[in-house]
Amino acid sequence: MLTCDKLLLTQDDFTLMADITFPAGKVTALIGPSGAGKSTLLAAITGFLAPAAGRVLWQGDDLTGLAPGARPISAIFQDNNLFPHLTIRQNVGLGLRPTLRLTRNELTQVEHALDAVGLSGLGSRKPGALSGGQQSRAALARVLLAQRPVVLLDEPFAALGPGLKDEMLDLVQATLGAAGRTLLMVTHDPSDAKRIADQAAFVGDGQVSAPISTDVFFRDPSPALAAYLG
Amino acid sequence: MAQRAVAIAPRWPGTAAAVLVLVLTIGTLAAVGWRAEWQRGLSPADWVVIRFTLHQALVSAMLSVVLAIPVARALARRQFAGRKVLVTLLGAPFLLPVIVAVIGLIAVFGRNGVVNTGLTWLGLPTVTIYGFHGVVLAHVFFNLPLAIRLILQGWLSIPAERFRLAASLNMPVGRLLEWPMLRNVVPGAFLVIFLICLTSFAVALTLGGGPRATTVELAIYQALRFDFDLGRAAMLAAIQFGLCAVAAALVWRVTSVDALGAGLDRVVQRWDLRWPLMDYLMIALVAVFLLMPLAMIIWRGVPGLALMPASIWAAAGRSVIVAACSALLCVTMALGLALRGGSLIAVVGVLPLAASGLVVGTGAFLLVYPVINPARLALPITILVNATLALPFALRAIAPSATAIQRDFARLGASLGLTGWAFVRIVVLPRIRRPLGFGAGLAAALSMGDLGVIALFAGEAEQTLPLAMFRLMGAFRMEAAAGAALLLLVLSFAAFWLCDQGGRADADL
Repeated sequence: MLTCDKLLLTQDDFTLMADITFPAGKVTALIGPSGAGKSTLLAAITGFLAPAAGRVLWQGDDLTGLAPGARPISAIFQDNNLFPHLTIRQNVGLGLRPTLRLTRNELTQVEHALDAVGLSGLGSRKPGALSGGQQSRAALARVLLAQRPVVLLDEPFAALGPGLKDEMLDLVQATLGAAGRTLLMVTHDPSDAKRIADQAAFVGDGQVSAPISTDVFFRDPSPALAAYLG
Repeated sequence: MAQRAVAIAPRWPGTAAAVLVLVLTIGTLAAVGWRAEWQRGLSPADWVVIRFTLHQALVSAMLSVVLAIPVARALARRQFAGRKVLVTLLGAPFLLPVIVAVIGLIAVFGRNGVVNTGLTWLGLPTVTIYGFHGVVLAHVFFNLPLAIRLILQGWLSIPAERFRLAASLNMPVGRLLEWPMLRNVVPGAFLVIFLICLTSFAVALTLGGGPRATTVELAIYQALRFDFDLGRAAMLAAIQFGLCAVAAALVWRVTSVDALGAGLDRVVQRWDLRWPLMDYLMIALVAVFLLMPLAMIIWRGVPGLALMPASIWAAAGRSVIVAACSALLCVTMALGLALRGGSLIAVVGVLPLAASGLVVGTGAFLLVYPVINPARLALPITILVNATLALPFALRAIAPSATAIQRDFARLGASLGLTGWAFVRIVVLPRIRRPLGFGAGLAAALSMGDLGVIALFAGEAEQTLPLAMFRLMGAFRMEAAAGAALLLLVLSFAAFWLCDQGGRADADL
């Protein structure tokens, strides 16, 4: 499981306290108003923000001092998930080998990952020649290939239309979820959480609540969540 | 959301570049200060030199700016065939080797030049291009286009909506829109040009000289090369640095002008236009003034090519090597600095603007002279100095892209473990090719045409093409010099074009 052990995050005059665990192999949604610190928490887990205090642990191993690329974590950001000057095949291949020197065997794996997300035959195109939905699929293929057990999604697919977004969420569940990855998804849209999350946690007032089952989370909302949902 | 900056590209190349720039600027300055023989004081002749330097820079800058204002206004509000070509042409003097331009100007304004031939034919007294007039003329030739570009940029930065509003209210455009803009832009342009004229060496070397037309830079060269008076050369270099530092500090305070600015190809729609004749006359005059010398370089150069001694080709080969090495070093330093970022970089990036080739050269001469015959280091030192002096321009071309790449892709790279050299190779270099090529082109062209530090160091065996050409002029072999000028012109523009195109070729982003 992924543990935030008395994690204290500060940025200017903003602070966030997180002392929670996310069970392995589950999809957890982090919900809350903008500015509440959802993305800050993800940044700390990914390694882009050094915590003021506390630790981040995966299966008991301390990750706190590790560089982002050395953590067992993949991420899909809101934007800039692909390098525009590299082909889709190269972009996906980066998940296997950051030096881009792929063996024949690894190239086959890349093609399999592209097949899995429905991008068969598009590997030699550049991201600019793909639609927004296809670009998201390419990013997903890379995460799939990277074989890192934890995947963080920061408002993923927010730029896509509602139909396309749901399609992508389903694909995430069918691929990453089925592969047993531990997923953490930041969203401000309750329907995203209801669609694929096993559990949900509320981020607000400088705190992260303990994750509880998504059904219960929405059926019996805490006062803060109720105020947010309106 | 703000995140911790991830150090994703290697930092040491930027640090190394910063150290090199500091050694070449502050270090050589320290050498100059250490060897300067202040106790001798300034002779009356030194004061004449300082006065002349300031006087010619002041007059050159004033004339350039005053003449540029009506031309920039005409270009800002008139659309005509060839406007784009003319605006591009206004950027050309930046790449044009000074000594080549001087040959062109001599062909137009010199004793047997076009202008004097015409005057004689009309029975009027002839003009001379040597001395104060010639120095100012050459400086205006070089800096008028720069002034026009800077002021044109100011004009085009006035939002089109303001002109529309002014037209609908029948407001006086000049007083309400143009005058405030000029008050903002003109002092900066004036100071930049003043600084350039202050550090100009090759113009004074070829058109000045003698007791009444010697700049500080030229006096340094003479003290070092002819009198071998190191103490006096060092003292003059310290004075020159002082002058430049004051001027550069003023430039820094007053302006953030970007001489490479893009987007000059649009025209503001205006509703208050009368007198089109005046505008077109100004444009035509400037075009003739700029094109005549260039045309003469080609006209006189082609027959001169056959008269060039064989040593010219060897010198050209040296120039090409120096330019290539200097460009490579310059963009490497610029990229390292741009990726490293930080406040030190801002200082290192502008420091060379206040340094002049001759001051740096004198310092370097003083440093190496006790150890080794300076002529043996002529080419390596020229490469180093040229790369450093071109650094601010290359940095200006590269830095915005480098910042954008870090901003957009550092996070993705870091999360993939794509850091260090792999990040530079896979992400930075492919994405920065265009500005990198442009910056390399600038550095290569500037180095190709440089006649500064090389003149201090080189003997016969190390001369580059500009120096060989200068020596031909000194020997009054003007036809051969004209041929060499054409060769140098072609090499400089080819160097720029090759680098710039290299950056553009299939750079799909």
